Parts: sequence; C-alpha cells; structure tokens
Amino acid sequence: MTDTTAAKTATRPAAKPTGPIGARIERKEDVRFLTGAGQYTDDVTLPHQSYGFFLRSPYAHAKIRSIKTDAAKKSPGVLGIYTGADLPASVGGLPCGWLITGTDGQPMKEPKHPLLAQGKVRYVGDHVALVVAETYAQAKEAAEKIDVQYDELPAVVDPRAAAKPGAPAVHDEAPNNVCYVWALGDKAATDAAFAKAAHVTTLEFINNRLIPNAIEPRACNAAYNRSDESYTLYVSNQNPHVERLLMTAFVLGLPEHKVRVIAPDVGGGFGSKIYLYAEETVCVWASKLVGRPIKWTADRTEAFLSDAHGRDHATRAELALDKDGKFLAMRVKTTAAMGAYLSTFASCIPTILYATLLAGQYTTPAIHCEVTAVFTNTAPVDAYRGAGRPEATYVVERLVTTAATEMKIAQDELRRRNFIRTFPYQTPVALQYDTGDYDACLDGAMKLADVAGFAKRKAEAAARGKLRGLGYASYIEACGLAPSNVAGSLGARAGLFEAGEVRVHPTGKVTVFTGSHSHGQGHETTFAQVVADRLGLGVDDVDIVHGDTGRIPFGMGTYGSRSIAVGGTAIMKAVDKIVAKGRKIAAHLMEVSDTDVEFKDGKFSVKGTDKNVPFAQVALTAYVPHNYPLDKLEPGLDETAFYDPTNFTYPAGTHICEVEVDKATGQTTIASFTAVDDFGNIINPMIVEGQVHGGVTQGIGQALLEGCVYDRQSGQLLTATYMDYAMPRAADVPSFKVDTRVTPCTHNPLGVKGCGEAGAIGAPAAVISAICDAIGVKDIEMPATAERVWRAMKKA
Amino acid sequence: MGISVTLTVNGKAVTAEIESRTLLVDFIRTRLQLTGTHVGCDTAQCGACTVLVDGKAVKSCNMLAVQAQGAVVTTIEGLATSDKLHPMQAAFKKQHGLQCGFCTPGMVMAAVGLAGSMKEPTEAQIREALDGNFCRCTGYHNIVKAVKDGLAEMA
Repeated sequence: MTDTTAAKTATRPAAKPTGPIGARIERKEDVRFLTGAGQYTDDVTLPHQSYGFFLRSPYAHAKIRSIKTDAAKKSPGVLGIYTGADLPASVGGLPCGWLITGTDGQPMKEPKHPLLAQGKVRYVGDHVALVVAETYAQAKEAAEKIDVQYDELPAVVDPRAAAKPGAPAVHDEAPNNVCYVWALGDKAATDAAFAKAAHVTTLEFINNRLIPNAIEPRACNAAYNRSDESYTLYVSNQNPHVERLLMTAFVLGLPEHKVRVIAPDVGGGFGSKIYLYAEETVCVWASKLVGRPIKWTADRTEAFLSDAHGRDHATRAELALDKDGKFLAMRVKTTAAMGAYLSTFASCIPTILYATLLAGQYTTPAIHCEVTAVFTNTAPVDAYRGAGRPEATYVVERLVTTAATEMKIAQDELRRRNFIRTFPYQTPVALQYDTGDYDACLDGAMKLADVAGFAKRKAEAAARGKLRGLGYASYIEACGLAPSNVAGSLGARAGLFEAGEVRVHPTGKVTVFTGSHSHGQGHETTFAQVVADRLGLGVDDVDIVHGDTGRIPFGMGTYGSRSIAVGGTAIMKAVDKIVAKGRKIAAHLMEVSDTDVEFKDGKFSVKGTDKNVPFAQVALTAYVPHNYPLDKLEPGLDETAFYDPTNFTYPAGTHICEVEVDKATGQTTIASFTAVDDFGNIINPMIVEGQVHGGVTQGIGQALLEGCVYDRQSGQLLTATYMDYAMPRAADVPSFKVDTRVTPCTHNPLGVKGCGEAGAIGAPAAVISAICDAIGVKDIEMPATAERVWRAMKKA
Repeated sequence: MGISVTLTVNGKAVTAEIESRTLLVDFIRTRLQLTGTHVGCDTAQCGACTVLVDGKAVKSCNMLAVQAQGAVVTTIEGLATSDKLHPMQAAFKKQHGLQCGFCTPGMVMAAVGLAGSMKEPTEAQIREALDGNFCRCTGYHNIVKAVKDGLAEMA
C-alpha cells in the first residue's frame, strides 16, 4: 500500500498542480443547478401525495388547557389531524447527542423534547398539531379551525435574565433554568496569573443570536410502503444516516433497515439542517396512519421560528498581560442560551467547541472558562456555521485587539509577541495543535490588505468626512470532527467516523459512495478530483453519490468542516484498498509477484520495466475474468473503508477588515476585507475561495446586520421575516481579497484541514475591531447598525 | 372558482383551469412541473422565484398566474438551447457563481433581466441591481463576476 501521508514542508503558497488535486476545475454539479434540473426535497412529488401543515404555538410559554379538532377534521380535504395526545407512549422525545457533565459532577438537565406539545408550549413556533390534507392550502385552512385554549405563562427570552433567581421556569426539572454549569482549565493558575499581571483587559459583550437562513427552507416528504412495511423519507438534511439512526432507535422505535432517508439536493445548511427535527419525525410516523406520502415545506416565517438558531452568548472576558504584552492568562465567563429544548448537538457548542479554542494562536499559559447553559422560551440554539469557534475567536481577538490599543502596542506586534511557533503544541484547554504558521498568514494578510498604505487612505477618507478603521482577527478553529475517543471522553454519545465506498465498474469507471453530504460545498467535484488524481482517471470518470441511506453504507454527514478531512480520507483509504487488490490482479495478469508491481499514472507496472496493464483492464479482469486466481482472490473491485481521525485539524489564518464610517449617519461600509488562510493542502482553489467568500459574508452579516430579536415581555419573535431580519445583500459586501498559505495537516493522508467555516469565524471580530478603530471606542455591540455606531460616536 | 389561463411558457402555449388564487410560482412548479423555479420566502424578498415575464425579471411568488394571461414566460428551464448553456448560465459556471444552487435559477433570471438596461455595468451597479436576490452561500463575490461576464457575452 502506498504511503499517502503528506510530507511536512515549509509554509508555502499553494503549489501549481500536476494532476486533478489542486486544479481549478469547474464544478460537475453546476449544469443541473443552472438548468433547473436540481432536485430539492420540495421538488419531489410522490404518487398520492398529501400535504402537511404544522399548527404552532402563538405564545412563548403557555399551558394547553384543551385542543379541539372536531371542526377542523370536517374541513375540506382533511386526511388526518394529530396532536401530542395521539402519539403513543412508546414514542420518545428528540434526543441530544452530547452529554455534558457539570462542575458539580451531575449530568446536564435533559427535559423531554416532545414531537408535539404535551400539555405545555415553550416557545413561539413550538409544534402543537400536524394537519394532513389533499392540498397544502386545505391543511392550512383546517389548522385555523383547530381550537386550542392556552393559559399564557410568563416567559423569559434573555439568557442572562433566565439564570437569575425568580425568572419564569422553562422546565420544572431545571431550577433557575440552568441546564449545566461547566468549566475548563486551571482556575487556580489563572487567578494567580491575574494577580501578578501588569495589565488586565476586560470586555463584556453579547454574541448576538443569529438565524441561519439557508435559502431552501426545511422540508420533508415521508412515505410508508405497505408492501414491504418500509418508510422512505426525503428530507433537507446534512447527515441522513444520523437522521435515520436517531429517528429509528431513539424516537419512533422503527426498524432501522426499514427506513430509507434521502437528502437529495439541499439548498444550504450552515448547521441548521444537521439536526433531527420534530417535523420530519412526525411526518414519518403519520405517513403510515394516513396511508399516503406527506410533504411538508416550511414557509420562511416558520423557518425563522423553528430552525435551530445560533450563538446567543453573554460573556465577560479578561486577558492578563505582563508589561511587555506577553499573555499570562485568560478568564472567561459565558452564559449561553439553549432555547426551550436541547437540539441534537446544542450542549457541546458553547463548551467543547468553544472553550477549547480560547488559546487561539497564542501561548497563553493559563486559561479558565466557565459556561452556564440556560433554557429560555425561544427556539432551540445549536450549531450555526463555525459553531462555538466564532464565539471563541470573538472573545480572543476582541481581547487581543483591545489590549493592544490599551497598551499602545501595534496590533500585529502584540500578536507576534504571543504566537505559538513550536508544534505540536499542547494548549491549556485540551487541544493539541499539530501544525501551523501563524506569522505566514499574518504577513500575507498585511501585505494583501496593504496595511502600509492605510494611513494615506485614512487621511483621504477624513478629507471626505469619513472615518477609516482597521481590524484584525487571527483565528484558529478545530475541524475534522472528530477523533472518536477524544469526543467520547468529552461526552459525545457517538463516535464521529466517516465511511466511503469506492466501486470500480468493469470498464474502469468509478462510483464513490460517501457518508459526507454536499449542500453547496461541491463534493461531487472535489471528491472526484481526489479519486481521479489517485487512480489516474479523468474527473468525469468518477461520480460521487451522497445523501441516501439506501445506497451508502454509513455516514456521519457534513458539519464542522469535516468532509474532506474525514470523509475524503475514508475515500482515500478505500482507494488504497482498490489499488492493493488491483496490484494483485495485475501481478497475476503479468505473471509476476505483486510486490514487484507499482501503480502510477493509471497503470500497474512491473518495477523497473515498461511492462504494464492499465487500470481499466484490471477492472475488467476483476469482474469478468477468463483467467483469474480464484483460489487466492475474490473477483470484484469494490471496497469500503471507515476512517476515524486521530486528532482535530487546525485551520488558522488572519483576516483584516477595513471599514469606512459615515460621521453623519453612523453607516459602516466595508472598504475591503482580506483573508489569508491556512487550510492545509487544497483540492480545488476555486471552491475554497468560494467557501471563504460565503463564510466572510455571513460573518459580516453577524457584525453589521443580523440579529434575532425576541420581545422581552411577550417572547414574540420580532425578526421573523426578511423585512425584519437583515440578511446581507450584494451591495452590503465588497469583493474580497483572499489567499492561502499551506502547512499540510500532519495526520491525514491528503494533508487537508477544511475550509467551510473559517470566514464566519474570523470576520465578526475583524469587522467590530475595525469599527472601534475608526470611531475610537473600546467596544460596540453586534450587529453594529448605523444607529448603534452613531450613538457610540455621540458618546465617545 | 376555476378560471382559465393561457400563456406561453418556455416557447410552448399552455392553457389551464386553475383556482383564481394560484400564484404564478405555484402554477409553474406544481401544474407545469417546472421545479427549477424555487420558493425561498413567499414575500418577494429573496428572489429565488424570479422568472422572465415578457422579458422582464419578475418574482413569481408575488404575481397571480391569471395576471400572466397572454404573457410570454421564461423559466430557468427555458434558457439553455439544446445542449448549449445560455451565456449567463455559462458565466455562472465558469466563475463559480453558485454553491448550493437554490438561489441560482432566480439569480440567473434576474441577471438575464438586466441585459436590456445594462451593457457594461460597474461592480457597484451590478451589486445594486441584484438587491432583490439573496444568496446565502457565495457572498456574492463570484456572482458579481459572473453577471459582469454574462452581460458582456450577451451584449
């Protein structure tokens, strides 16, 4: 077996590719998307299709006194109406996949998350009843005739208010609304370091709640087949195998092999489609009762109300420095909202994916972080692009930026005085970074952003009555989720493997079945590039199949920038098995020992000779041989591999944002945004750049525009349409300056680290620091709307 | 309650009996099974449902099908000819102006709709002109490049 482990090399810009890996190849999936041939869940209409509509709670917190469905059942076209009372006792609640153990040694509070409300509703949008009818309009009309009598209860939506004694109780079993209090790091060492610090920088801020807003709303289409007692579920989802496992084993108690979950083309996820939601689960359950396929598609306001949200932290953070600006310690206290119920991965986001990243790119020797997770009368909060790591970067980089300003040390200089430069590096918060070169990305970003010319641009802007500012964010993330033993020791209730199957057809064409899922990332192209490169084939000779439990052996799906690092490696391992078997077949054909056969450029050759057989001939021999060593080798050329990473990957980089603020209005314009990232080796630079552009725009959205607002009294979601929730539009962002530096990951064969979340991780701190620099304030709350910036300028 | 509507969709004459409240987008997606036109919001904010009505880019979630009586409608399915992509589609592919593909049909139709009024637009003009179309994946960077190329090719 060829050793494909990437050699560690000095940091370099991406090398010119010699094969498909590293090439800017146009995407294989594009033609179907560009011609309207994509197949998203709502595009699937099944024979005898019926339609579902969910009646949702209009209250943030209420007791349900009664639900009367008689009139609604007589409404035209109605096929069935189901409430919490109709669910059999054997049906479980929606599970949470990560058990966090608190500082008191107790497991987190895990109140039942019912599929349909059981006596109480706990947020506006909580699912109360499913109506199934011949048409969507009929289902909606019938839902209006359901008579639900509520006794409204006081609600709490702000995480800080929720944790205060006397706050309304979201769940009786969670006193003071606390789900857990969890901590990481050495508190005594941290406190001791603070005691001798020459300077302490302190910030208190909110990391604003965001609503993910994939442009394709969540949707499902569930069908029961009487002939073999099986179910098929189409669902807009990022990980169909996990969806099926959780739904069958933990909620509905259905036999897993009788349920096929298909996540066809999925119109964006950003985390919000990782989870097992009530809607698809109820539709699967009801599809057998109705005897017809049930299609449900969220409208946009439903998506705002019921998709899992992101962020929503209130944090106090302190950085201790010596007189030379060397970081001595960091102390962080965060209150994180969980929402009304624990979503699938909710508990690990503000803990395992947050506190572990607080070392950032720096040698800070002592770090302590305490997180209080609280229930609130809002939609559940879970992973949204970056998931914990943007929040961590915001803490670290806002502290570093503020400390540099306070100590009058240049932003780059303070960072350089504290960069980690020796690898592997064990942080004081559990992670071990394998490789990196933080100076290279900082240098590259400063050059690309033309920091040297900033003073001149600032003066030119001032002449026009505008204020220019520069903000840095040198971020790190932990991707490639996850080494299963590490995840398990931290509370994960499942390993985080990935599977890949490589099927070579008799003509030498290849179909790859991957447990990763593409919902915009371009796996059909990048994964094909990897396989084509290794097997010496054309990219068009390799097809990638994803998103179907009926065709793919297993998968943990796509999130946490894990696809190429974990899913890609599983495929590489399967390819290695194909090559190993191919060598044996080729050896037989050439009548030599397989140890004398090498595989290169799509040919199996006898070492040191020009004797060879091409890959396609070996493939044909594997399936339809006249002459085959049947006593030693099975026919066929189809291999499956599982891969469990040995460590996380650590993409890192520096983002520099330059803003211009209008003095009169407070309006902020992004004058330029520069990102220089180290994602390890790169398979397709065009796709990587696209991921950065998109991530940065979501980060700019968080910093300038987006903010989920619940009314503090009524708990109503005030930002439930695109008129109220400001999404970044084309004119809100500039064209970006992006580049990469490469330190290959040391522990996967492709040397890759992942690139999907970096933009959203680095951008918020860079933007906010740039605004603070421009208007001369210490801090400003996100989103930094024109009004907030204007008020801050008035106060300054 | 039924009402008859006749229009031309992607070059073909279509006559159908529909409920008067039927939105153009639902008519296109459900009745004509042209599922390339998408629904992202239903309040005319996101632009995923953009089609051409008599050559103008229109959000089909905000128009009744009966309002298209006698109109010539082009959806994303009607843009490419045989095996050749329309220049705007080709430009989106070349510039990686799409990721998940969901906003793409509306974005491409909106861009094609600019051709009459914009020959050699600046980047800022393109960004302003795409104000009615959301993309959550690309950050617009490559869409702007694609639209610039596509419009140049169409001119």
